[in-house]
Amino acid sequence: MIELAHLQVLSAGLFCIGMYGVLARRNAVLILMGIELMLNAVNLNLIGFAVFTDPDRALGQIIAIFVITVAAAEVGLALAIILRLYRQRSSVNVDELNMMKW
Amino acid sequence: MTTLVLFYIAAAIVVGGALGVVGTRNVVHATLFLLVSLMGVAGIYVLLFAEFLALVQVLIYGGAIVIVLLFALMLTRHREFRGRMENPQWPLAAMASISLFVVMIAAIFANPQEGSKEPNHTDFTDLGTSLFTQWAIPFEVASVLLLIALIGAIVIARSGDPE
Repeated sequence: MIELAHLQVLSAGLFCIGMYGVLARRNAVLILMGIELMLNAVNLNLIGFAVFTDPDRALGQIIAIFVITVAAAEVGLALAIILRLYRQRSSVNVDELNMMKW
Repeated sequence: MTTLVLFYIAAAIVVGGALGVVGTRNVVHATLFLLVSLMGVAGIYVLLFAEFLALVQVLIYGGAIVIVLLFALMLTRHREFRGRMENPQWPLAAMASISLFVVMIAAIFANPQEGSKEPNHTDFTDLGTSLFTQWAIPFEVASVLLLIALIGAIVIARSGDPE
């Protein structure tokens, strides 16, 4: 049978892969994908704890639904910001975005 | 035993897809790898008897988020990246990720959680009742958040006067 530790290890691995993507990529859209991976790792952990330690309430799944909602909102906003950025700088390379530095 | 084998297959899909996302040079391939990884997560939800979450995962991530990401790529892809896809700090990023992973694994095995042996099953009815009675206000707040975020996205992305 699946145990909680399996899920925790998988979730930790997915989170770290996503974190590498966020830290190492140069394209803003690929950074966004890394964030999605991290959010999914969190959800996996949440669902794991909910189904293994919370006997009769649906709380874990409901919080996971909220996380997915916020992720959807975040992707929509991030797309708008990236489009605006591309229009102004004609680049989505985050290494070149230094207009807030002085 | 069968569920464990299925879990390992799904976990391999998830991790392989995620490695594809962070490793490939082609941005469209990265998006498709992301889709593979997210569908693997949906498979794990099915194995944990969280069918509603699996459905939501397929609908929202497979149907909406990946499409939005593909749109973002399509609209910003005129100039390809030259040279590396990673910035110069990628070895540091890899070290940070691996050390975080080691720390988390150590923490997981140092504190084994007392849990039930079998996954508990929450059916649709309980989930819906709970969502629309006990969690009705957070649900409405989430709806308003989504609305505000989408209106904000339209306002930001609208072609106004370039400053």
